[in-house]
Amino acid sequence: MEINATLLGQAITFAILVLFTMKFVWPPLNNMMEERAKKIADGLAAAEKGKQELTAAKSKIEEELKHVQLRATEIMSNAERRSDQIISEAKERAVKECEKIHSDAKAQLEQEIMRAKEQLRMRVGALVVKGAEQILKVEIDQGRHQALLASIKAEL
Amino acid sequence: MSSTTEYIVHHLTHNNVIVSDQSSGFWSIHIDTFSMSLLLGFIYLFIFTLLARRAKVENPGKLQLFFELVVEMVSQQVKDVYHGKKSKMIVPLSLTIFCWIFLMNLMDLLPVDLINFTNHLAGNPEAHWRVVPSADVNATFAMSISVLFLIIGYSIKAKGLGGWGKELISAPFGIYALPLNILFQLLELVTKPISLSLRLFGNMYAGELVFILIALLPWHTQWLLGVPWAIFHILIITLQAFIFMVLTIVYLSMAVEKH
Repeated sequence: MEINATLLGQAITFAILVLFTMKFVWPPLNNMMEERAKKIADGLAAAEKGKQELTAAKSKIEEELKHVQLRATEIMSNAERRSDQIISEAKERAVKECEKIHSDAKAQLEQEIMRAKEQLRMRVGALVVKGAEQILKVEIDQGRHQALLASIKAEL
Repeated sequence: MSSTTEYIVHHLTHNNVIVSDQSSGFWSIHIDTFSMSLLLGFIYLFIFTLLARRAKVENPGKLQLFFELVVEMVSQQVKDVYHGKKSKMIVPLSLTIFCWIFLMNLMDLLPVDLINFTNHLAGNPEAHWRVVPSADVNATFAMSISVLFLIIGYSIKAKGLGGWGKELISAPFGIYALPLNILFQLLELVTKPISLSLRLFGNMYAGELVFILIALLPWHTQWLLGVPWAIFHILIITLQAFIFMVLTIVYLSMAVEKH
């Protein structure tokens, strides 16, 4: 056990080793390990976030689905109502149309009848006049017997 | 018997080179301790610089993971033990202490006669070469005294020169017990490096001695003691390196804390 100058040499060696480690070994290693730790932490956080987002999306989808279903039934009932309405309207219109056609036909018919009657009357009038002429063998003066003829016509 | 003594003494003698012929005896160097520790220090630096260069964030190799484990252990110790302000030096310091001491201690597991055998082959059987640097007080004291300076430096940096000086004269008994305080503080300062270095030195020296004694047994019975002692010694060398490191961190932590 003797202390000698080896002590100084050893101390210098020690100092060099420490300084070298401080300068060239520890900083890159430390950076690397910190980077790795950060990466892992980030990954875990991202996974957690993804999980949360997934549950949020799931609940949102469920809500949306419920909403859509509600809307579908609403649309369906609306459509039903509307179709009923359309059908009833169409029925009503058809009935009206039918009636109108009916009445038109009736009126036309009546007109036709009237016209036929008129023609008949005229014809009968003329026949009557002719008959009378032949009976009387006299020409009836259209001008003079106008009023008479008219009254006969009206009576027919 | 004298040959046994000679054998042991031969194994425990340093390769001493006198660098100055002053009578004091201080100016000589243990070439074996110095060169072995330098070599081991360079091995340590080589491995860890390579690791730092090649370290990948993703898909680290097994070797990288192993050395990362060491670095992680050291930095965890620092995190757990050191309560001062963040220091750029303390983790590299601890890592260096742990790895360097571990490597120096590891030399204890080389067969005690290996070096002498090679000396013998080289035609120089009388050459001395102690292969375990940490079994030399110079090596252990060099480290512990460096740590002492760091303790003082950390104290001054944390508390200022005045704060440290004040603590030196006023703690632990108050300013009125000044001489007693100084005595206590100096004792506290001095015992730290001494306990650090003598603990390591003692363990390694004793371990080396036991290996030498085992080597004195007949060759066919050596394994009976040599194997258990070597296995036990694997634990000791790691533990001693770890203790030196942790105590250094503790002392530095104490240095920056207020009394």
